[in-house]
Amino acid sequence: MKIAHDVRSVRRRRIGRAVTHLILLGFVLLAAFPVILVFMNAFKARRAIFSAPLALPTRETFSLVGFETVFSRSNFPIYYLNSVTVVVVAIGFVVFFGAMAAWALSEYTFKGNRFMSIYLAIGIMIPIRIGTVSILRLMVALGLVNTLWSLIFVYTAQGLALTIFILSQFMAQVPRDLKDAARVDGASEYRIFGIVLPVVRPALATVAVFTMIPIWNDLWFPLILAPSGRTKTVILGAQEFLGQFVSDWNSVLAALSLAIIPVLALYLVFSRQLIVGLTKGALKQ
Amino acid sequence: MTVTGNRFRSYIAVFLLPATAIYTMFLIYPLLGSLGLSLQETVGQGGQTQFVGFANFRRLLTNENWAPGFWNALGNNVYFFVIHSLVQNPIGLLLASLLTAGKLRGQNSYRTALFMPTMLSVVIVGFIWQLILSPIWGVAEGFLGALGLENWFKPWLGLRESALTALSLISVWQFYGIPMMLFYTGLIGIPDELIESAYVDGASGWKIFWRLKFPLILPVLGIVTVLTFVGNFNAFDLIYTTQGTLAGPDFSTDILGTYFFRVFFGHQLQLGNPTMGATVATMMFLIILAGVLTYMFAWRRRVETYEM
Repeated sequence: MKIAHDVRSVRRRRIGRAVTHLILLGFVLLAAFPVILVFMNAFKARRAIFSAPLALPTRETFSLVGFETVFSRSNFPIYYLNSVTVVVVAIGFVVFFGAMAAWALSEYTFKGNRFMSIYLAIGIMIPIRIGTVSILRLMVALGLVNTLWSLIFVYTAQGLALTIFILSQFMAQVPRDLKDAARVDGASEYRIFGIVLPVVRPALATVAVFTMIPIWNDLWFPLILAPSGRTKTVILGAQEFLGQFVSDWNSVLAALSLAIIPVLALYLVFSRQLIVGLTKGALKQ
Repeated sequence: MTVTGNRFRSYIAVFLLPATAIYTMFLIYPLLGSLGLSLQETVGQGGQTQFVGFANFRRLLTNENWAPGFWNALGNNVYFFVIHSLVQNPIGLLLASLLTAGKLRGQNSYRTALFMPTMLSVVIVGFIWQLILSPIWGVAEGFLGALGLENWFKPWLGLRESALTALSLISVWQFYGIPMMLFYTGLIGIPDELIESAYVDGASGWKIFWRLKFPLILPVLGIVTVLTFVGNFNAFDLIYTTQGTLAGPDFSTDILGTYFFRVFFGHQLQLGNPTMGATVATMMFLIILAGVLTYMFAWRRRVETYEM
């Protein structure tokens, strides 16, 4: 009786596990299919794109004509350079300035600490896009329209809020002994900050990845602040190219592939960091 | 040894200065500036403005040239949010609970793959789905055909009655990863002993989920909802990419983000208007603020009492 019951429950658990895998695989397929479809067809001749969209490129159907059009008719290399510049400089500012501010808020008790913490947290929930009209006026006044600096400043301001919030929590966990030992040795507060920074390196990396993705993917601010040919980012460049070449399917698929590859590569490299950061950040709330 | 005392310590100012300066100049100041501009009106050719009180708001909410567009965008935006909440949260919860059910092989690979769409640019996602749903390419039609349902196929993105739903679902496809990850975090945070003791008491997996796990992760639902709310009422890229500035067909996919863009920059049918643009942005600000405050006060308090 007992054994029969056990056999049944083992079987039931096994079926349950199979169903779990089946559902998850189904969703993985749904998540990956559109991207795979684009990659597959980007390397096919026009006729094959339409006659057999679900087939892999074969020797007969293989073609790079889409990529050739993209590279001859648009400036993707420049767009890449612009995107990388904006992302790298903005991330540098966000991480370094954010770490400094987070350190001040988490380490020192001073009048106005609570006010500053709240003030700097406003940007977590209120999207910076709301201020677009004034941002554009400001950039015009500063002569920064159609420069990468306009994007860098906006993204830095936008990224700082969440960064300071997360880093303060990590910095508050740095052991007292470490800091006190340095203070007893007469180290300046700047020196101590320099000692603490490497200790929270994993948190810095997480915050960097976190901030990077929305900057790379943004369309709104490149469209409004820096739409000129010299300052287009990959996403804006791709968006305009796709709009112009709507009926040239080879080029559209090639341009989509070119826009996806860097983010996908970054994601696969940093996914662990990102997910750990996401889970930690959420637990804190 | 905490450094305390009331004397001014310059290093604190030095640490705070760069972040505060950039943040104030490029986020707080423009936010306040936009709110201020919504109370003004452009006069003359030079772009000077004069204070007009709440006249812009009155015009936006009641004038026959403005109000229909605004209410249409607001209504569509609410619909966009409702579809997200109804579809995205159950999918996120289902996937998170499957990922955390027992010791699952390949858990990390599943997680990585399932979160992937969230990393892609909205522009790219919009375009890919536009291709898939396109009657010219026929991929979606082919799939339905394979199931014997080819009659069901319609050019959903081009039809007034289905375009907004289709776009909402595309957006759900992209962003279900966020609720999934947050629910996942909540679920792995539940102590194992709690679950084991329930099993020992003979409770079924189903019962354990609804009676034990679900109440414990209920606070996550609040965070997810407020994040979705802010994201939805600030959305723009998807509609702009797939439907254009005019959010067609016939403005049926117009949401506040695209309406704001049109009012501010103008379009084929109308000149741009910065002060009315700022007025629309201020309405978006108030809506988002209302959502965030509702979460902070009402939801949090209710969940806290529920937990006790």
